[in-house]
Amino acid sequence: MTSFDNAQTLTFNVGPHHSAAIGPLRMKVRTDGEMVVSCEPDVGYLHRGIEKLAERMTWTGFMPYTDRVDYLSAIHCNLAYALAVESLAGIAVPERAQTIRVLVGELNRLGSHLLAVGHLANQLGAETALMYALRDRERINNLFEMLCGARLTYSYVRIGGVAADVTEGFIEKTYEFVEYLMPKLKEYHDLLSNNRVFMGRLAHVGVISPATAIDCGLTGPTLRASGVKYDTRKMQPYSGYQKFDFDVPVGKGEVGAVGDAFDRYIVRMRELEQAVSIIKQALDALPEGQFSTALPRLFKAPKGEAYAAVESPRGTLGVYVSSSGEKNPARVKFRTPSFAALNLFPDLFKNIPLSDVGTIVGSLDIMVSEVDR
Amino acid sequence: MGILENAFPEYVVFSQLDKAINWARENSISYLTMDLACCGVEMAQVAGGRFDIERFGAVAQVSPRHADLMIVAGTITYKMASRIRQLYEQMPHPRYVLSMGSCSNCGGMFSWEYSYSAVSGVDKLIPVDVFVPGCPPRPEALLHGLITLQRRIAGQRVLVRDELSVVRGANGNP
Repeated sequence: MTSFDNAQTLTFNVGPHHSAAIGPLRMKVRTDGEMVVSCEPDVGYLHRGIEKLAERMTWTGFMPYTDRVDYLSAIHCNLAYALAVESLAGIAVPERAQTIRVLVGELNRLGSHLLAVGHLANQLGAETALMYALRDRERINNLFEMLCGARLTYSYVRIGGVAADVTEGFIEKTYEFVEYLMPKLKEYHDLLSNNRVFMGRLAHVGVISPATAIDCGLTGPTLRASGVKYDTRKMQPYSGYQKFDFDVPVGKGEVGAVGDAFDRYIVRMRELEQAVSIIKQALDALPEGQFSTALPRLFKAPKGEAYAAVESPRGTLGVYVSSSGEKNPARVKFRTPSFAALNLFPDLFKNIPLSDVGTIVGSLDIMVSEVDR
Repeated sequence: MGILENAFPEYVVFSQLDKAINWARENSISYLTMDLACCGVEMAQVAGGRFDIERFGAVAQVSPRHADLMIVAGTITYKMASRIRQLYEQMPHPRYVLSMGSCSNCGGMFSWEYSYSAVSGVDKLIPVDVFVPGCPPRPEALLHGLITLQRRIAGQRVLVRDELSVVRGANGNP
């Protein structure tokens, strides 16, 4: 509730129904005039109990729920869970399935980063960029629809491989799409990266030092924007990422300080280019073979526990699974990157103008479903 | 027209007041984007270039006080439930609710049989005019839901209390 604590400060809510974060995130903001004194995130508005639900599902039946953990990068959540169960049960994944996983994962990363960039621009009032992003996302959705029939929640990666083989038509259309996207990225750069107003709104805003970033457990583009070169795809390669040639872009403080909102934006834009390059490599080097390993009809993972991590568009997404040898998991735990980003809030929202709150939340790319699960 | 024919210049149009008001209402819907979960992304896509919900006169609003229609897109948790009710009460009359996706229709994957923290449907909280099924629904389905709502508005009586208004209170809403 809005209240005057004393003559000086005013406390009010940003959210849970607000456009700053994707989903219902509530921030209790205390202001002194135009300046924010403190900010406290309040999570749980989208707590759906997915981890608890896993205990009632079969190992394979839980897969659609992993889509909903982070619906902008459903493939990565599928993949993290599948990798964890595979390492627990010792299932070997065919080469072709691994490359397909990389391919669809990077396609999904494109979609997520495009929306993140468009969303950030929309926060600053640049609605055109959001419309461009939605236009390009639509093509990615079409590709996924062709592949697995779903536009958003794919459940395409399964334990032991993927749900269906890629078709000739899909490969052709994906080549077409990457050819289409590369010139479009220049459009985004012209519209945003080289825009004086956009630079002015993002430079020196929400600076995160490398030490703070590491202390808070940040991962992904947000960490890399602070100048720390950490990428799960390079550090703990999974699904055959070691065979691909790609760079890990880091923030350099091009227009402001290292680790400011502009760095987070530009790192995402550079990652788009890298993702396109990985997609091309995966399409060129798609090995022949099977797309999945056959599982028994009632799959039971052996007793034990396993952890697997993937690089989702928001950072390291880890899944811990524990099995008691039954047909359903004993415990599934998600380690999600957006939740770590909330640790920053008390430090980050201090002595900043109120108008920067939306910018910073937008640049952190917080996905509330992933925070709350 | 009889004796009225040619009695007025051509820019004078005769209509029923009901029809005129409903025509204005159904073609200028401001919708409150209640993007709670996955469906919210599809709702954003509908506002994009390919599906372009503005063709139907509907435009997104972020304030409940300027909205006619609330599109509830996503899972409603117990923590969020009171907020949805509060935002609905802040909307001016006449107000409509479109429930998008299985979660807000009936709980879907997160209904009470499965999840301990999700409400089984937004109709437990506020009256719903149109349900759009799907998990998440395709953008075409949402557009169809909007057109269904527009047809419903077209059939409303503004000056006379019809059966629907008796059940749901004045102005077709409780």
